[in-house]
Amino acid sequence: MSDVILSVNNLITEFSTDEGRVRAVDDVSFSIKEGETLGIVGESGCGKSVTALSIMRLLPQPIGQIMGGEILLEGQNLVDLPLEQMRKIRGARIGMVFQEPMTALNPVHTIGRQLTEVILLHKKISKDKALREGIEMLDKVGIPAPDIRMTEYPHQLSGGMRQRVVIAMALACQPKLLIADEPTTALDVTIQAQILELIKDLQKQMGMSVVLITHDLGVIAETSSSVVVMYAGKVAERGSVYDVFDRPSHPYTKGLLESIPRLDTPPKSKLTIIPGMVPGLLDMPKGCRFENRCPYRKDSCLVAPPAIEAIAKEHDVACYEWQELKRNTVAGGDSANFKLSAVA
Amino acid sequence: MSVVPLQAKSIDPILSVRDLKMHFPVKEGIFMRTGKFNKAVDGINFDIMPGETLGLVGESGCGKSTLGRCIARLYQPTAGEISFEGTDIATLGRKDMMPFRRDIQMIFQDPMESLNSRHTVGQILEEPFQVHNIGDKAYRKKRVVELLDLVGLPARSVTRYPFEFSGGQRQRIGIARSIALNPKLIICDEPVSALDVSIQSQILNLLIDLQKEFKLSYLFIAHDLAVVKHISDRIAIMYLGKIVESGEGESIYRTARHPYTQSLISAIPVPDPHHVAHRQILVGDVPSPINPPSGCTFHTRCPKVMDVCKEKVPVLNGDEQPVSCHLYEQPN
Ligand SMILES: Nc1ncnc2c1ncn2[C@@H]1O[C@H](COP(=O)(O)OP(=O)(O)OP(=O)(O)O)[C@@H](O)[C@H]1O
Ligand SMILES: Nc1ncnc2c1ncn2[C@@H]1O[C@H](COP(=O)(O)OP(=O)(O)O)[C@@H](O)[C@H]1O
Ligand code: SF4
Ligand code: SF4
Ligand SMILES: [Mg+2]
Ligand SMILES: [Mg+2]
Repeated sequence: MSDVILSVNNLITEFSTDEGRVRAVDDVSFSIKEGETLGIVGESGCGKSVTALSIMRLLPQPIGQIMGGEILLEGQNLVDLPLEQMRKIRGARIGMVFQEPMTALNPVHTIGRQLTEVILLHKKISKDKALREGIEMLDKVGIPAPDIRMTEYPHQLSGGMRQRVVIAMALACQPKLLIADEPTTALDVTIQAQILELIKDLQKQMGMSVVLITHDLGVIAETSSSVVVMYAGKVAERGSVYDVFDRPSHPYTKGLLESIPRLDTPPKSKLTIIPGMVPGLLDMPKGCRFENRCPYRKDSCLVAPPAIEAIAKEHDVACYEWQELKRNTVAGGDSANFKLSAVA
Repeated sequence: MSVVPLQAKSIDPILSVRDLKMHFPVKEGIFMRTGKFNKAVDGINFDIMPGETLGLVGESGCGKSTLGRCIARLYQPTAGEISFEGTDIATLGRKDMMPFRRDIQMIFQDPMESLNSRHTVGQILEEPFQVHNIGDKAYRKKRVVELLDLVGLPARSVTRYPFEFSGGQRQRIGIARSIALNPKLIICDEPVSALDVSIQSQILNLLIDLQKEFKLSYLFIAHDLAVVKHISDRIAIMYLGKIVESGEGESIYRTARHPYTQSLISAIPVPDPHHVAHRQILVGDVPSPINPPSGCTFHTRCPKVMDVCKEKVPVLNGDEQPVSCHLYEQPN
C-alpha cells in the first residue's frame, strides 16, 4: 500500500461576516496517497477553495478560522503550526496554483525576479544558480525562449503562459504535494489540454501528489484516480473515479452526472435537471443540505444531516437513502428520477 | 463562394450574412494610430433558418462576440451584408434600425452587466415595452407576470432587484427581457458559461422550450462544444475571424474535417473515466488577429501543415460540411 501524504480529518472552517458566523467547510475529510491525483469537485461556493486555503493556512485574516479537525502532511499536523513554520512548508513541501494566475504574480516585477525569489526563499544557493534553475524550470513547463521570458513582465504573457509560470513557481522546489485550484477554468479547452498534460508529466517526473480542484467532471474523469464530491460545505460522496462515475451513490452526484450535456446525447433532447439551487450558508437546512433539491428525500432527512458512511471499500456516501437509490438504479426504474421533479 | 448549407432549401433564411467584416483600428503610441487593424471578423458567410439554432464555437478572442454584436447591430460592421428577412440591416441608421431591434435580441454571459442594477425586475421587464411604445400600463404589467412565469420565476420577483437573485435566476431575467417583444432571432453570447453545471441544464432546457414554443431562431455562441452541440442544429467553428468549418452538429462531432475542429474536439475532457482520450494537443496560443499568420492562419499550430499552407489562403469549400483547408481542395 502506498503511503498517505496528506490527510484532512473532520476539517471545519468558519468566517465571521457582517451577518454572523458562517461555516464554509463542515466536517470535511479525505486523504491522498503518494503520487496520486485526487479531484475535488462541486459547484461554486461549496467550499473547495476554502478547503485549499485551509490546508495552505492562507485563509483571509482575521475573519477566516479553522475551528476544528486536523490536516496531516506526512503525519505532521498543520492546523496549529506557527505561521513562521508554515511559511517554510509552502512552496517547499506544498505548491499551490490558483485559477487566476495574476493572483500569484506580481505585476511590477519580472518573471525572473519572482521565480528566483521563490527558489532563494527555500534553497541556500547563489543568485546565479537560482537564476539558472529558474530558466530550467521555465523550460520544463514548456515556455519557449525561457531566458528572454525571465526578463519580461506578467502582462506580456498570454493566460496560458502565465499559468505555466505559476506552475513553474509552485514546483520550483520540488514539493511533494501540489494543490491546483481550478488551474484551467479561465483557459480555452485547447490550452487546458496543454496545462493538464503538463501537470501530468511533471507529476510523473517528480513523483508528487496532486489535489486538483475543479467544477468540471470531465477534467476529474481524465486526471484523477479518486474524487471527493462536495456539496454546500460537506462531502457528499468520496471514492475512486470508477466507483463515483460508474456507481454514483449520492443523489447529488447522480444528478450532476445526468445533467451534463455530452457529445453523444441527442441534440435538443431534454436534459435531466437538478431543480432549485444551493441554500445560502446563512440558511442551511437543519437536516441534509441537499434536501430541498432531492427527489429521494424522506421526512427523516430533515431532522439531522446524514453522516458519511462506507458503502463499499473506499467508497463513502453521506445520504440516508443510498440503498434506495441503488435499488432504483439497478432496477432501471425512474420512480425518483430528477426528470419528474418540478422546476424551481 | 460557399456558404453554410441551408437546411430546407424551399424556405427562406431568416438571416443571411455575407462577407461580413469588422476591423477595429488598433490604437497605439502617442498618436494613437498605427494604421493597423484588428480583423476580429474577417469575411464571414452563413444563413440561419426560421426556428433553427446555429452554434458558434472557437477559442477566446476569435471574434464570436464581435460577430454577434454586429448582427445585433451593437456594432456598425466595416463591410458586408446582414440580411434579416430580406432587408440588409448592416448599414441602417438608428431610426431605420428601430423595428429590427424588436426582432433581434441578445442574451449575455453575465446578465448583471446588461441588467440595470438600480431597477426592479418589474421595471427591467417593462422597459422594452416603453422603448417601443407598446401597450398601456395594465397590459405591460400583465405581460411582465406572463414573462416571469415563462422563465420559471415567481410573480413576486417584480419588486426585487437583480442582486437579490442567483446567477441562474438572473439569466432567467435576462432571457425574459429578451423574449418580451416576441423576437424572431436571439443571439445568445455564452449564456450558460458562468453557471454551475446543475443550473446550466435548467437554462438550456428553458432555451430549448422557448424556441419550440415561439419558433425562435438562435445564434448560440459558446466555447463548450458539448453544450453547443446539444442545443444546435448546425455548428460553425471559428478561428481568427473566419469560419473554418461548418455542418450539422452530429457530423461535425463524428467526422470533423478541419484539423482545427479535430483538435478542438479531441481537447474536450470526457466525463467518463473509461474513455481513452486520443488527444491532438495544439502547440502554442492563438496568434494575434492584428498580425495574423500568412496563408492559412492556422498553419502555425496545424499538425498537418504543408508548404502551400504558408502562402495560399484556403477558401471555405463544400456543400454539406464546408471546410477551409488545403487538404480538401479539389484539384482542377
Ligand atoms: N470594441 C472593440 N474594439 C477593439 N477591439 C475589439 C473590440 N471588441 C473586440 N475586439 C477585439 O476583437 C477580437 C475578437 O474579440 P471577441 O470579443 O469577438 O472574441 P470572442 O470570440 O467573443 O472571445 P471570448 O471567447 O473570449 O468571448 C479580439 O482581439 C478583441 O480584442
Ligand atoms: N473571505 C470570505 N468571507 C466570507 N465568506 C467566504 C469567504 N471566502 C469564502 N466564503 C464563503 O465560503 C463558501 C465556500 O467558498 P469557496 O470555498 O470559495 O467555494 P468554491 O467551492 O467555489 O471554491 C462560500 O459560501 C463563500 O461565500
Ligand atoms: S439524505 Fe435524504 S435528502 Fe439528503 S441526499 Fe439523501 S435522500 Fe436526499
Ligand atoms: S490549410 Fe494547411 S495549415 Fe491550414 S488547416 Fe489545412 S492543412 Fe492545416
Ligand atoms: Mg473556488
Ligand atoms: Mg466573447
